[in-house]
Amino acid sequence: MPSLEIRDLFVALAATPDKPIVKGLTLTILTGEVHAIMGPNGTGKSTLSKAIAGHPDYVITSGDVLLDGKSILEMEPDQRARAGIFLAFQYPSEIPGVTIANFVRAAVQARLAEGEDLDATAYYKRLYSKMDLLKIDRKFTSRSVNEGFSGGEKKRCEILQMAMLEPTFALMDETDSGLDIDALRIVAEGVEAMRGDKLGVMLITHYQRLLDYIVPDFVHVMYDGRIVKSGDKTLALELEAKGYDWVKQELAAATTA
Amino acid sequence: MKPPSDLLAAPDTALDDTTSAVENPTVGIDQSAGDFTYDVKYEFDAGSGLNEDVIRYISNVKKEASWILDFRLKAYKTFLEKPMPTHWATKDLENIDFNKIRYYLSQGTKPKRTWDEVPDDIKKTFERLGIPEQERKFLAGVEAQFDSEAAYSNVKDIVAKQGVIFCNSTEALREHPELFKKWFGKVIPTGDNKFSALNSAVFSGGSFIYVPKGVKVAMPLQAYFRINAENFGQFERTLIIADEGAEVTYMEGCTAPKFSTSTLHSAVVELVALKGAKIQYITVQNWANNVFNLVTKRAIAMEDAEVKWIDCNIGSRLTMKYPGVILKGKRARGEVISIALANDGQHQDTGAKMIHAADDTTSVIVAKSISVGQGRSTYRGVVHIPKHLKGCKNNTECDALLINTNSRTDTYPAIVVRGDTHAVQHEASVSKVSEDMIFYMQQRGLTEAQAMSLAVNGFVNDLVRQFPMEYSVELKRLIDLEMEGSVG
Ligand SMILES: Nc1ncnc2c1ncn2[C@@H]1O[C@H](COP(=O)(O)OP(=O)(O)OP(=O)(O)O)[C@@H](O)[C@H]1O
Ligand SMILES: [Mg+2]
Repeated sequence: MPSLEIRDLFVALAATPDKPIVKGLTLTILTGEVHAIMGPNGTGKSTLSKAIAGHPDYVITSGDVLLDGKSILEMEPDQRARAGIFLAFQYPSEIPGVTIANFVRAAVQARLAEGEDLDATAYYKRLYSKMDLLKIDRKFTSRSVNEGFSGGEKKRCEILQMAMLEPTFALMDETDSGLDIDALRIVAEGVEAMRGDKLGVMLITHYQRLLDYIVPDFVHVMYDGRIVKSGDKTLALELEAKGYDWVKQELAAATTA
Repeated sequence: MKPPSDLLAAPDTALDDTTSAVENPTVGIDQSAGDFTYDVKYEFDAGSGLNEDVIRYISNVKKEASWILDFRLKAYKTFLEKPMPTHWATKDLENIDFNKIRYYLSQGTKPKRTWDEVPDDIKKTFERLGIPEQERKFLAGVEAQFDSEAAYSNVKDIVAKQGVIFCNSTEALREHPELFKKWFGKVIPTGDNKFSALNSAVFSGGSFIYVPKGVKVAMPLQAYFRINAENFGQFERTLIIADEGAEVTYMEGCTAPKFSTSTLHSAVVELVALKGAKIQYITVQNWANNVFNLVTKRAIAMEDAEVKWIDCNIGSRLTMKYPGVILKGKRARGEVISIALANDGQHQDTGAKMIHAADDTTSVIVAKSISVGQGRSTYRGVVHIPKHLKGCKNNTECDALLINTNSRTDTYPAIVVRGDTHAVQHEASVSKVSEDMIFYMQQRGLTEAQAMSLAVNGFVNDLVRQFPMEYSVELKRLIDLEMEGSVG
């Protein structure tokens, strides 16, 4: 079964390799599973997901990330992407002048064997059906990627790309933030529709309401660059009720003991 | 009539465009491949270096009328007198060694090179550019004459039925002096700048077109012609006259890379749009990295006439080119759309020049430059609206895109507007392709080169959409190649 394995991972900014942000994080995600990651602001959640995807700002100072048992750390970001890792960005970039239709098309084309040409009719059919599913207006296909999009539109566009690219592992970084109540439901339903034994998900979120729709198999609490507590979906409810102080206190107690 | 050439004086001899030399498909692949030399025997060869004898030789080979020889000799004097415009342009111009340049070559015999001898990377580039088989052989110097010569005469014949004259400069000056003499050297006087003078002394090749009154030429004139052997000249001379109410689109080759050993290309292109005429002139050029491309392009637009320059410059060591329009008649309209891409070791010094000389004239300039690596882009624009005119409009937009922090871009807009009934707008922007943007695209599976290429294509997209289909496709391919060569 496909697996994404994060082993005792230390991540720092490339400029300051001696100051880790992620500090020894271990987690294994299998396809068919949804792992929610929650944790206070600035704790390293986005850093973790970008480092896995290969962002050049970050260095991995020790530990490893393995896809199906093989380290991906030597791979370029685009190789990791084509190997099946998708990152739904917390802050997606704008690409002026490049339409969504052309961008996604280039991404789909990049996954085809050399010399193989994309079937344009089939492509548009699929694109439109995914857009319908996510209730994205058709006129968006001709808009430049993320340019001038509202926060919620950007997030929907991320999920549209995910639906089109069919990754094996999706790292979803606060996909719920910026979404209104209806959009949250639509996006969550979109993700639920992709859910199944072909997809593993790491779902970074601050709020229980997303987890009402996308019910996680596991919930992890990240604090100061590490996973400090793991449990099932009830852990998220507990966090919602008690806040992070509860985790911090438990942690403090454990370290002084 | 005399164009207001005094307005065109330095610091913007701006209308000069000079050299266009050799296009080389190796741009972005392997710069050393630019050293690729022809192994061709020329029937006529003026040797290297320039003096009056060389000019007489050229004129003689072309069997020119004596007025043309006089014109050439006079131009040669002007060329010698004119200083290099290094007081405003780059000092790199001083590196041109006029004594090492061959001023006239004409292919007579079959080249010796075989297709097998053409380096693999060059063949690959041709393939990537989607250049048809026959054309590839010609470009690589394997064949002396392109097979579609027939296709060219076809077009020539078709448009001839409408009374259009479409031929090379030598033929035009010999067969139709009464038509062309009137405008030849009038839009761009010999002494406009040092390189227009040089061209006037040694010109050969280029197209002469006359479109009669009211004739609208449906097909763009171009491709069929671009492969004509004489068109490969370093010193092309083009003159297009659209008579009253006529319309014509001319597309200047080559987007395909040309091989040549010459390093200075200096063309002169004059357009004359008479009352109510429309001329569109499209250029997509891809030069080798050793080429000085110094070209002077200017149009004159009479009452209600419209001239549009679309000018895309990729490659070359130094390109200096500022297409211009003299808006001579009321309600005339001029437009320049310019795209320049400067990669490592390249300097694109481009822009536009709009000289308003009648009421209610309109000019539009949209210039986009892309600087990659150590590449350098300079925009130079001149917009001149004198005080005695009324109701003139200019809209200038220059946008620069920087890919990596070492790139350099400069903007020198000179907008001189006097009088208070005019509407002038100027916008400029500089943007960067950020690491985050590239990462975002890579995260979707595109390679770094594909990502950069997409970013560049996005940047010029709104302009490219106005291009004829085949040109936009070729431009995209050229950008792909260029970006591929620029990542490690
Ligand atoms: N590129 C960067 N440059 C400077 N500091 C950074 C960078 N990336 C991360 N950091 C710092 O590392 C820490 C972790 O940031 P990260 O974005 O991973 O947190 P997060 O857990 O995703 O927070 P949030 O819940 O607010 O999204 C923060 O202190 C942040 O300022
Ligand atoms: Mg974050």
